[in-house]
Amino acid sequence: MSEYKVVDARGLSCPQPVLEAKKALETVSGDETVQILVDTVTSRENVLRFGTSKGWKGSWKEGKSGEFEILFTK
Amino acid sequence: MQRINRLLMGSWGPLLAGGIIGALAALLVKLGNPGNMGICVACFTRDIAGGFGLHRAGVVQYLRPELAGFILGSFLSAFLTGEFKPRSGSSPLLRFFLGFFAMVGALVFLGCPWRAYLRLSGGDWTALYGIAGLTVGILIGIAFLWKGFSLGRSISNKVWGGYVFPALAVALLVLLVMAPQFGRDATGNPTGPIFFSASGPGAMHASILISLGVGLLVGWLGQKTRFCTVGSLRDLLMLREGHLFWGVIAFVVAAFGVNFALGQFNPGFENQPVAHTNELWNFLGMVLSGLAFTLAGGCPGRQFIMSGEGDGDSAIFILGMLVGAGFAHNFMLASSPAGPGPYGPQATVVGLIFCLAVGLLMREKLD
Repeated sequence: MSEYKVVDARGLSCPQPVLEAKKALETVSGDETVQILVDTVTSRENVLRFGTSKGWKGSWKEGKSGEFEILFTK
Repeated sequence: MQRINRLLMGSWGPLLAGGIIGALAALLVKLGNPGNMGICVACFTRDIAGGFGLHRAGVVQYLRPELAGFILGSFLSAFLTGEFKPRSGSSPLLRFFLGFFAMVGALVFLGCPWRAYLRLSGGDWTALYGIAGLTVGILIGIAFLWKGFSLGRSISNKVWGGYVFPALAVALLVLLVMAPQFGRDATGNPTGPIFFSASGPGAMHASILISLGVGLLVGWLGQKTRFCTVGSLRDLLMLREGHLFWGVIAFVVAAFGVNFALGQFNPGFENQPVAHTNELWNFLGMVLSGLAFTLAGGCPGRQFIMSGEGDGDSAIFILGMLVGAGFAHNFMLASSPAGPGPYGPQATVVGLIFCLAVGLLMREKLD
């Protein structure tokens, strides 16, 4: 069964959301899904750019009150 | 417009923005701003502190409309595209003093990271000591970030909180135009509360509308592209992520090109505009600034842009810079073209101790 890891990077200043994403993506195996929560467009773009540059497939959707859920899968 | 915004938010955005901002900064010198100081976020904040009489260094007092433009351009850009998001609460007092000491370091060097690069693009080789210091300061900040440094999370605020800084930017423009003089000096002549330099760098400025126009444009470009002179080196050295760094390269190259074309490129170490030749304090001033900016998450330009987006923590950082500028001149910490101020070195050491303590002690275990 594939696992699901959630990282809450809401409210963190640059570059911490990317560092949290980096830690999470480096500690999971290939069949897991990593969900990262952020609350600014800047963090969303930075985290997506970082994840996709490391070979993950990234997608995002807008959650409640302007927050974003980013999903990374291999 | 949407297509331009999408282009700016893509990988090439910072490069485009850096090129345009660098060219405009060099052009502003031609149009009246001080030498190699077309845009200097720290110097201009210091001039604003002087304009409000927070310090009385008569040669550096002016309410620089560029910075009001940064805030308002970023505010309008963020507001129109749904990115305006009032937030605050990430160690505001520490951010105030990071801003304070970032300003002290910048005034020991005589410029923020933006001006360090602009000094270089004008042929002022003493800027190289500052850029080396900036790099070392950022590297120290990176070491803290790897160790888990964090000032904690900000939280969403009520929308009205985010309007305070844009409103202050408007107030600054109103005071710039009205320039009230209802104070009286000992002999009964009108003076203050708004002060404008009669000579020196503070008296050198482009016209209000041009300065404001450039500021608004930079605010928009910065908001969309996240152009950052500190984030560029940080992301390159820390994450091997170069897209912000190309923005700074474009900034320097474009400013150099315009300086060269306009006859403003004067290579050398000596007699450079608003600069001194003391290697050690050019270097250490920028170590302090670079570290403070890295701990606060971005260069001073970026802090202004984020304050327009509703980031109250950036706004507090800027207020720290403003107060820091007042103290830097009143306590004789700021350098002059003759060299470091009498107490600049001591204040730099105090600032470094403060920033190192913040970096060491503010570590958070995030799950």
